[in-house]
Amino acid sequence: MLAFGLLVLAAVLFVALTLWRRKTPGSLRLIEAYERLNRSVGLAVENGTRLHISLGRGNFFTARGGSALAGLAMLRRLAERTSMSDRPPIVTSGDASLAILSQDTLQSGYRAAGAEDQYRFSTGRLTGLTPFSYAAGTIPTIHDEDVSANIILGDLGTEAGLLAEASDRENTSLIAASDNLSAQSVFYASAQEPLIGEELFAAGAYVGAGASHEASLNVQDILRWLIILAILIGAGLKILGAPI
Amino acid sequence: MRIFTAAFAIAAGLIVLLGYFFPDQLESLRLLLLDWAIIIAGMAVLVGIFNLVAVQMEKIRTRQKGGTYGALLVISLILTFGFGLILGPENQYMRLTMDAVIMPVEASLMAILVVTLIYASIRLLRRRLDVMSIIFLSVALIFLIGMMPTSFGALDSLQQFIVQVAGMFSRGGARGLLIGIALGTLLTGLRVLLGVDRPYGGS
Repeated sequence: MLAFGLLVLAAVLFVALTLWRRKTPGSLRLIEAYERLNRSVGLAVENGTRLHISLGRGNFFTARGGSALAGLAMLRRLAERTSMSDRPPIVTSGDASLAILSQDTLQSGYRAAGAEDQYRFSTGRLTGLTPFSYAAGTIPTIHDEDVSANIILGDLGTEAGLLAEASDRENTSLIAASDNLSAQSVFYASAQEPLIGEELFAAGAYVGAGASHEASLNVQDILRWLIILAILIGAGLKILGAPI
Repeated sequence: MRIFTAAFAIAAGLIVLLGYFFPDQLESLRLLLLDWAIIIAGMAVLVGIFNLVAVQMEKIRTRQKGGTYGALLVISLILTFGFGLILGPENQYMRLTMDAVIMPVEASLMAILVVTLIYASIRLLRRRLDVMSIIFLSVALIFLIGMMPTSFGALDSLQQFIVQVAGMFSRGGARGLLIGIALGTLLTGLRVLLGVDRPYGGS
């Protein structure tokens, strides 16, 4: 019941803070990678180059689906912002369901920007179903499609190193985040400004996806403090010899 | 239509979630919905493969760079799919495509990845010379020394000590990161469940 209680608490806080954030928008701390992302989006539209957005291999039947959903939320906003560009962004995925949802999300973004006729289903691609086939299928997109920035956001493993290397060879910006610890360490070594841990889930808030995304960050902060308190109290009780 | 899609997605999501907390009342409905989802995911693979072929055919048709590789991919896909349907996936020749083609290719990519990661580590200090980068590389080196096989028995206890002490800090750090990721996943899921984010075609 503790888990259910935490869920209900998170939902109540989320709804309340979303309503509050709609009235009083908050300020976000500076994350250099997201600053670079916003600059890259503007530059891609101005230069007539492409954005490549890689959503990883997050499967919706596992807990890894969360990072894929966070990537889709960011994609929705980026699609809207780049819909008027000469070259539409390309989205690659390593999971079939995710690829279909990425096409749907792209289409929604174009529709919201009043440019649905610009949408092409071939811009949301499935590039491979295993880790390395996904990397091998995505690398040609980085090399051959006139990409100016690679945004890798989702569930990937160490194969992310191959994508980072391809981006580096093309001298393009790399904004990368993953929920996988191996991929995070790879990105830490490869990306100009790495995103660590839960910063992945802040993508929506930093690309202007709305009050609900800012509220999500606030709820995460509150829950994190509650967990820290619980850990400290638990450790204290353990030291005192309480049976926990 | 979009409202109906959203309502159905939210209802299905809530039933599956609540099914974990109230198994007596909702278990059978939860499993039924998951079965449907698995069937849809299976169909999604076929749609995804169609997408893969369509993208490669477009490359070939418009004579884009890499079109030859695209043609090779489509031909291989059709042949493998056709023979797989006729011979069955357990046939020795079908297994050979896995053992003699896919496994060696993936192993080669793994080898390239090792070199790539070593190269990225070397360049890290050139790209970002700060305290965290130095700590990152130092810990990586300490772990490599702690885990590498040696022919000297005397090093075993030192290696165990290194792995134990450095492991204590890295396990703590990893748990902290995973708690943050779990909270992020929880809130992302809630946004979808409450219909704020609709990656399934809503606006």
